[in-house]
Amino acid sequence: MSTDLTGQRFDLDGAWQLHPQVSIRPERFGALLYHFGTRRLSFVKNAVLRDVVVALGCEPTARAALASCNVAAVDVPVITRALAGLAASSMICERAA
Amino acid sequence: MTAIADHGVRANSLVDEFQLGLDAPICLTWELTYACNLSCTHCLSSSGRRDPRELTTAECKIIIDELERMQVFYVNIGGGEPTVRPDFWELLDYAIAHHVGVKFSTNGVKITPAVAARLAATDYVDVQISLDGATREVNDAVRGAGSYDLALRAMQNLADAGMRNFKISVVGTRHNVSQLDDFAAIADRYGAQLRITRLRPSGRGADVWDELHPTSDQQRELYDWLVANGESVLTGDSFFHLAAYGDPLPGLNLCGAGRVVCLIDPVGDVYACPFTIHNDFLAGNVREPGGFAEVWRTSDLFLDLRRPQTGGACASCSAYDSCRGGCMAAKFFTGLPLDGPDPECVKDHGVAALGAADRAAAPRPSLDHSHRTRPTAVPVSIAPRPPAGWTPACNDDPLAGFALS
Repeated sequence: MSTDLTGQRFDLDGAWQLHPQVSIRPERFGALLYHFGTRRLSFVKNAVLRDVVVALGCEPTARAALASCNVAAVDVPVITRALAGLAASSMICERAA
Repeated sequence: MTAIADHGVRANSLVDEFQLGLDAPICLTWELTYACNLSCTHCLSSSGRRDPRELTTAECKIIIDELERMQVFYVNIGGGEPTVRPDFWELLDYAIAHHVGVKFSTNGVKITPAVAARLAATDYVDVQISLDGATREVNDAVRGAGSYDLALRAMQNLADAGMRNFKISVVGTRHNVSQLDDFAAIADRYGAQLRITRLRPSGRGADVWDELHPTSDQQRELYDWLVANGESVLTGDSFFHLAAYGDPLPGLNLCGAGRVVCLIDPVGDVYACPFTIHNDFLAGNVREPGGFAEVWRTSDLFLDLRRPQTGGACASCSAYDSCRGGCMAAKFFTGLPLDGPDPECVKDHGVAALGAADRAAAPRPSLDHSHRTRPTAVPVSIAPRPPAGWTPACNDDPLAGFALS
């Protein structure tokens, strides 16, 4: 299933990971992400989203990563939208499942 | 570059979070040496001569280890001219190997074809070539004779080596704001990206700020140009005082001094930002027990900067939420109170404040490593050719006075 809340589709059933050139740093508000390739800084302003981003690389699908972080059903659309944004800026990328 | 991608949910304003400071800087400026082959009139660090107390290679590596532990994403290395340090390339490699990205600023003096090839082949390193005029005349008036050709030679070498998107770093002045399109053309020619930052009255810049800082009309011209060019032109977040014109420029638009950025100088002193080399903004030294992390986390100065700020004289201004009172260093070194308007306040409050300030009593930079001999023109007059056979009295040539026959 895909979502298209921001005009960007995000495949929740795909396998994702933090981009290999991205460094993630936990902060009290969530996390900072820095992409050494694009030299862009991004912000994850929520601890749940931070945990999901970290979990992506060790779960078979993004949906499984959400489940492993106990994301409430009501929060799935907003987390998915945030993941779409991170994918659009290459902070996360697809990986071979 | 600090482009904001806002992916948050239920969040407080990030700017508010940043005003309160982070456990580690996002990035920091590290001036590796005060030595420089040039004597730019506006040098923010009054560089020229090497300081004998300069951090050793081993001390620099300890700092890099610490930055790695703190997860500082990258360092902006400058000087002085950092590449004149014999261990510069060793430290660059060490930082990258320890996951600390490097952006370094240079006048290009050491960017030979071989160095350019090496840089082009290295990830995690970004190069900024300083250029303060799109023409030789405008550039060399500030940066010194030969500096334009030096910079362009370095850019050519980088472009020839296939280095893409290196930065051309321009300090905006009264003499180059009219050249913005020409700078963009130079950047296009070399496959580079343009970066324009604000002139501060810091270091030797205090001596030339009055003549060099853009006029208010030029500030508006600069702002409109930056808005039109969007994220393709970098600004190092240095023009946040211009946000009071209306739309903020891309970036954080806040003063990160002591909150999310700082400066480590060549002798290990930690200042709030690269433009505040003065004892009032000295937080500590990395050579003290606890090193850099201790200074960052516990210095009284930094803790004070992280307290919620009041707008002072600016609090009642409608633009305060946009500009937040402007640049601390710009106020400090022009003799203005820190809780008042920026000297280049777009609402013209700065002009009035400058008129009322005792400019002669403005604080001076605490350090000066300028070359003791500044290049100056030697007056020469051309005398008429002496008559044939004339010999000056001081001529000690043994053949003086003898005519060949």
